[in-house]
Amino acid sequence: MRALRKLTTINWLMIYAVAYMIFLYAPVILLPMFAFNDATIIAFPLSGFTTKWFSALWNTDALHGAVANSALVALITAVISTLLGASAARAAAQYNFPLKRGIIGFIMLPLVLPEIIVAVALLVMLMQLGLSLSLWTVVAGHVLICTPFSIAILSSAFAGMDRSLEEASFDLGENRWGTFRRITLPLIMPGVISSLLITFTISLDEFIIAFFLTGTDVTLPVYIWSQLRFPTKLPSVMALGTILLTVSVVMLILAEWFRRRAARRQGLDAQAGGGII
Amino acid sequence: MTQGLSRERKQGLSLISPTLFYALLMLAAPLLMVVTFSFWTQNYLDIDRTLTLANYHEAWTQPIYLTLMWRSLKISVIVTVVTVLLAFPVAYYLSFYVTQRKALWLFLITVPFWTSYLLRVFLWKVILGYNGVLNSFLLKLGLIDEPLTVILYNANAVVLTLAHAWAPFAILPIFVALEKIDRSLLEAAEDLGDGPLRRFFRVTLPLAMPGVVAATLIVLIPTVGDFITPKLVGGTDGLMIANMIQIQFGKANNAPLGAALAVSSMLVVALISVMIYLAGKRFGGKVQ
Repeated sequence: MRALRKLTTINWLMIYAVAYMIFLYAPVILLPMFAFNDATIIAFPLSGFTTKWFSALWNTDALHGAVANSALVALITAVISTLLGASAARAAAQYNFPLKRGIIGFIMLPLVLPEIIVAVALLVMLMQLGLSLSLWTVVAGHVLICTPFSIAILSSAFAGMDRSLEEASFDLGENRWGTFRRITLPLIMPGVISSLLITFTISLDEFIIAFFLTGTDVTLPVYIWSQLRFPTKLPSVMALGTILLTVSVVMLILAEWFRRRAARRQGLDAQAGGGII
Repeated sequence: MTQGLSRERKQGLSLISPTLFYALLMLAAPLLMVVTFSFWTQNYLDIDRTLTLANYHEAWTQPIYLTLMWRSLKISVIVTVVTVLLAFPVAYYLSFYVTQRKALWLFLITVPFWTSYLLRVFLWKVILGYNGVLNSFLLKLGLIDEPLTVILYNANAVVLTLAHAWAPFAILPIFVALEKIDRSLLEAAEDLGDGPLRRFFRVTLPLAMPGVVAATLIVLIPTVGDFITPKLVGGTDGLMIANMIQIQFGKANNAPLGAALAVSSMLVVALISVMIYLAGKRFGGKVQ
């Protein structure tokens, strides 16, 4: 009797979970459908298969500029926020110091702050300092919101690290740099790569901060926003979105793979870790 | 011993200082500046630096700002409740019933979140529109005779779109909290005569409360600041305070008023967040 009851609850919950997943994926599945659809209007029924929207992207110069800008911004953001994230994560995972909770809470604050507040605050400061908006101001904002993600990923990498390995290296005569390069870095490398990939992806997709802080050189999401106003450009935007989705998913799978390798290398249960995924 | 401790403290502080310095420079300083800015006034092209409460007076008395603020709060609260209620069973299912491939489920839940946010919102417009996916589907099934218009360009569309956008942020904290629950406590409740429902409300839910509170705050706070979703799917009835902030910093060219609106809405959200946190703590604390 009880087993039976349990079975029915499982089924209801599972049906619900599957329905929920369909809800989650509904818009995502439409993206490639309309990207390959041979019609200017984004509506059903679909008319036929075409790749012309993808070739249209190939011939749009403004888009290439935006892609180059975004790639540059995302790359610099990923490197800086991973560096800042790594040193903060190490401090958080392995050291005790005064005001630790307060300091880390403050650094992690951008995770819960509405992006418009971060954007507006940075904009006001730049205006007051008389600095002009450029890709660098976008980088400054992106580093702020990406660093907490990097800390979240790298904290678990540092927490799982055996510090006696570093001590052994010191005892055997390595200096600090040598120990870092030959012991610490290899141990946390998968975490570092995972952090680089995640922060790159976040920066690549981020719109609100970029919208406020971008100058004449626009990033890719800002470019997409400007295209959404023109109905005839929509199929190309869908094609672009499909490419972006593919890139993001590949990056995420790589990031997850590196994170698990890090966990395995440290003898942890790969399923149990925190991380972003 | 104390020597070693102080060295550790020093090393810890020096390790965290670059990141802290960056956050102070790029977050604390700008936030302070926004607060200062909100007490100044815009004088055509110049900024009048006399301290005044004029912006706050305008923000808290003009009907348009009050309406927008009230609507933002209402929509955000509804979005949060809907998102968390929809997410809880999924997290519960993952934690208690999925035994294999948990990580794969979690991964699949996060994938849609990594599609460009702009495009996701836009695609909801495609789904919900007059000639949209949902309407043509329902028409074909014969469930409706003419396309529904109540699903796009209003607050409902904003709620649905945001509930979708924030789904992983609601599921993950609840899932983590559920995973931490000691399963023997559930057995104990059962052995002591609690039925499944009583067991859920007296043991599982209170213990999952930290996750539920975290999910609530993670969804609520950024939702108040969203201006893309209201602009794309909200119509005029769905505009929120963030749209007004964006307009003040952009077209209206009244940054000090925009700053006052931003500070005001942050204060309101902070107040509500503290209340939710305390309420969650109280409810979750009962069992201990």
